[in-house]
Amino acid sequence: MLVRISGMFTPRAISYPASMTTLPPAFERWFTQRGWTPHPHQQAMLARADAPAVMLIAPTGGGKTLAGFLPSLVELGNAPGPGLHTLYISPLKALAADMRRNLTTPIEDIGLAIRVEDRSGDTTQTRKKAQRADPPHILLTTPESLALLLSYEDAPHMFTGLRRVVVDELHALAESKRGDQLMLCLSRLHALCPDLKRVGLSATVEDPPALAQFLAPHPTRCEIIEADPGPDPDIAMLTTDTPPPWSGGGGRYAIREVLDEVAKHKTTLIFHNTRAQAEIFFHELWMANDAALPVGIHHGSLALEQRKKVEAAMVAGSLRAVVCTGSLDLGLDWGDVDLVIQVGAPKNVKRLVQRIGRANHRYNAPSKALILPANRWEVIECHAAIEAVLAHDLDGDPRGPGPRDVLCQHILITACSAPFDADALFAEVTTAGPYAGLTRVNFDACLDFVATGGYALHAYDRWQRLMQRADGLWQLRDPRLAQQVRMNVGTIIDTDTLKVRMKGRSGASGGKPLGEVEESFAASLTPGDTFLMGGRIVRFESLREMEVQVSRDRGRKPKLAVFSGTKFSTSTQLSTRILDLLHRTPLPDLPRHTLDWIELQREVSLLPRAGRILVESFDHEDRPHTCIYGFAGKNAQQTLGLMVTRRMEEMGLGPLGFVATDYATLIWSVSHLDNPAHALDATGLHDGLDGWLAENALMKRSFKGAATIAGLITRNLPGKRSSGRQATFSADILYDTLRKYDPDHLLLSITRDEAMRGLIGFGRIDEMLARTGGLIDHVHPGRVTPFAAPLFLEVGKVPVDGAGADALMRAEADRLMMEAGLV
Amino acid sequence: MKGYDFNLAGVKLTLLPSGALWWPDEWLLCVSDLHLGKSERMARKGGAILPPYETRDTLHRLQTDIEASGARTVVCLGDSFDDLEASDNLPEVEAQWLNRLMAGRRWVWIEGNHDPGPIEFAGTHLAELLHPPLHFRHIARVGAAGEVTGHFHPKARLHIKGRTVSRPCMLFDGDRVIMPSYGTYTGGLRSDHSVLSRLMRPEAIAVLLGDPPQPIPMPR
Repeated sequence: MLVRISGMFTPRAISYPASMTTLPPAFERWFTQRGWTPHPHQQAMLARADAPAVMLIAPTGGGKTLAGFLPSLVELGNAPGPGLHTLYISPLKALAADMRRNLTTPIEDIGLAIRVEDRSGDTTQTRKKAQRADPPHILLTTPESLALLLSYEDAPHMFTGLRRVVVDELHALAESKRGDQLMLCLSRLHALCPDLKRVGLSATVEDPPALAQFLAPHPTRCEIIEADPGPDPDIAMLTTDTPPPWSGGGGRYAIREVLDEVAKHKTTLIFHNTRAQAEIFFHELWMANDAALPVGIHHGSLALEQRKKVEAAMVAGSLRAVVCTGSLDLGLDWGDVDLVIQVGAPKNVKRLVQRIGRANHRYNAPSKALILPANRWEVIECHAAIEAVLAHDLDGDPRGPGPRDVLCQHILITACSAPFDADALFAEVTTAGPYAGLTRVNFDACLDFVATGGYALHAYDRWQRLMQRADGLWQLRDPRLAQQVRMNVGTIIDTDTLKVRMKGRSGASGGKPLGEVEESFAASLTPGDTFLMGGRIVRFESLREMEVQVSRDRGRKPKLAVFSGTKFSTSTQLSTRILDLLHRTPLPDLPRHTLDWIELQREVSLLPRAGRILVESFDHEDRPHTCIYGFAGKNAQQTLGLMVTRRMEEMGLGPLGFVATDYATLIWSVSHLDNPAHALDATGLHDGLDGWLAENALMKRSFKGAATIAGLITRNLPGKRSSGRQATFSADILYDTLRKYDPDHLLLSITRDEAMRGLIGFGRIDEMLARTGGLIDHVHPGRVTPFAAPLFLEVGKVPVDGAGADALMRAEADRLMMEAGLV
Repeated sequence: MKGYDFNLAGVKLTLLPSGALWWPDEWLLCVSDLHLGKSERMARKGGAILPPYETRDTLHRLQTDIEASGARTVVCLGDSFDDLEASDNLPEVEAQWLNRLMAGRRWVWIEGNHDPGPIEFAGTHLAELLHPPLHFRHIARVGAAGEVTGHFHPKARLHIKGRTVSRPCMLFDGDRVIMPSYGTYTGGLRSDHSVLSRLMRPEAIAVLLGDPPQPIPMPR
């Protein structure tokens, strides 16, 4: 029954106990009783139980987690000694809790005396204390809870004897700073337990060696075990009778077709890219749902209990479809999902593959998925994405070096646990994959920031947070600081959100919680406004005690639906595929309407190509327009719009506004941009990033995140905000002050790094300039071109008027004064 | 001085774009809630170690207003220092700067809840200042008239085309003025907070800071 397969790993001259290569009889019996055979990759993991670092890449449904735990279960056996043996880290609290239930089954069935407990922010204080004093054999937790555990003085005691750490969904953790923090924590654990073995579990990734390096203690080599990925998915574009609209998202034009597919399948997951789109789609789906199919909605803004209800209904198999967002990208396999529909271009091939994997969790059956393009451009993008999936060509931005704000927090956490030696800590953190290349200078700058604030004006000699003792060790000046540091552990920066609650009967608070909306959205509401929440239309009543109070609304059409959520940019690889696809002869098998549209663009103008930036100049309604096809993704095209209009302002061309998509930026102005090369000149654009772009709200948001993670400002804790005068003040003021008086400060340098990658997307602009060498195809087609036309319909036009914004404000203020009869 | 002109108790006053109040007939400049030394105090208390530049930033603005107005009297409306120790601990450079600003004019320190009692610096130290017909004190009193106060750091919001602008503001009605905070590191209390709604009459106006300051009906 247990067959060693070759090719999974290279058997080398590493000896492991014979017991580790085959399953103990009790385990074998358990597998047999269930009619299971261990997967080859589960056996391979068992065989590699002694490797210092192993990463398993397996598709969902492949028994990945059991593979990760088998060596621990076998090693612990039926007479485990006391103390913590295995630490399991998952990105989701819920996953850790479910894992406990899942592990309990084999442990009880096989008759093992292994204690398994989970720990997260939801665990009671008593339980947490008990766990620190008397840890279980297997502790299931999250990166944040681990960081917190490491901040306690008794961390060395608690982790004594720890043998293995299993990191689940490694690919997802590696996408954010949570992964960087986790790797720093593992370097700490490794210092406490030098024999620690690391296991990473991951879904399909684009660059396994890079992810393995991320996991392994530097410079140890990490072994990679790739499970059979299973059959290729059955994936197609969902075609409709009506062609998709020219612009916009949400895919509402295809409600009927989607309902038909839902009716044909057992359970369908309908993925959307944003929460707002999921809400609107769900609403429309419900209106058209004549057959009254049970359909639910699930996204991160909904109240926990609402989400739990939907999850439970899915497990029970009582839902035919769930409209959802990234909130269902990860997590346990529920229900019998036999179809995934992705609405809108997936923007990123890897995410698409993971979403498709949510369907049909039987290991050897193909997953079935349909992609619904939301507009004409997305027809091309969806086609390119499907080709990429079938070619197993995954995308992903290479990780930058470990961010320094996370390192600052790690230094603080380390100091909370015990006084430390700077040399030793530097040696330790550089064993963490993402920080392997960290220089001593950069480390010292972070240490200086944590200790003194790192200001050019050394004002805090007396009040340092960390001080160096006579013996050279660094310690907290004031031990009470530890409490505050612990409250701020973690790298997840929530946008400020407000709870939405149904107004209670008496008009007082205490009604049913519905979910959350962003503070900025809440601030824009006036009583009587209606919006969608959890699929129903609610009416805004009042903002009370930092809660949005709403009531039911019987209308059929919400007035507003815009609360944003995550917005993705089309990945570099996918953009390249699109450009390539446009130049294929013959063109691929696309719907007729899309082929005609591409042909017309070729006739009237040019098709954008990879080695050049296409710039079109034309008039529309007597107004000069410039369309720049950079294919740099929405964030970067947006930034490009800001930068080019700024340059045009300097050139006296009177830019009036712009709009950006993933592919292009359309600018309108008083005069023509005759020399686009000048406006797209790399040096000029870089000056912008240093200068005026630093004033951008997105930069300030990046700064706020970095300042929070690095420990300069504390999080807004719930309940603390509504009490009297606010003790907190805006991070924007700190940002402005630093820019004015301390422009070389560490946090500004971190903010700049993030701008290159994140929302500002400057890195993508750089990449576009590098790809094209600044070469430009400038055409004057004499009319609006087929590719530019959809941009005119795009929402989110940005007016360019620094002075104009003030004028708007004055007008609104005057109107209010007039209305109130105060003038 | 250019700014927002209004009347309180028959006196003509101007709110300057910086948040200072100018009484031209008396050559009097009034600022509230400077919170000098705030970053030092926070660090001392084991809190955040903020960029230590807010005192110079605040003094710089104050100097600009004093020079532009030629003020003969300056009234600091309380919470001038983040606490009494912060006034002792003010770095030498900044203390001298403050002394230079005080030289040659009448300077009144009103007590605030953060800085009660006498402080290090020269000038007149008062619990409150009656300069008829106006009454300068730190915290507003219900039922008072012709009152100029601070303490609350009011701010207000304005919605324009889907965007929200939040700015520090001055609140005023026929009875009183509640001044915005002048210090760089100072948060704000939204004008719709019940404390402010109770203090201000229904027809109260909020003047958002900016150049020029912008009056709107006080958001409640």
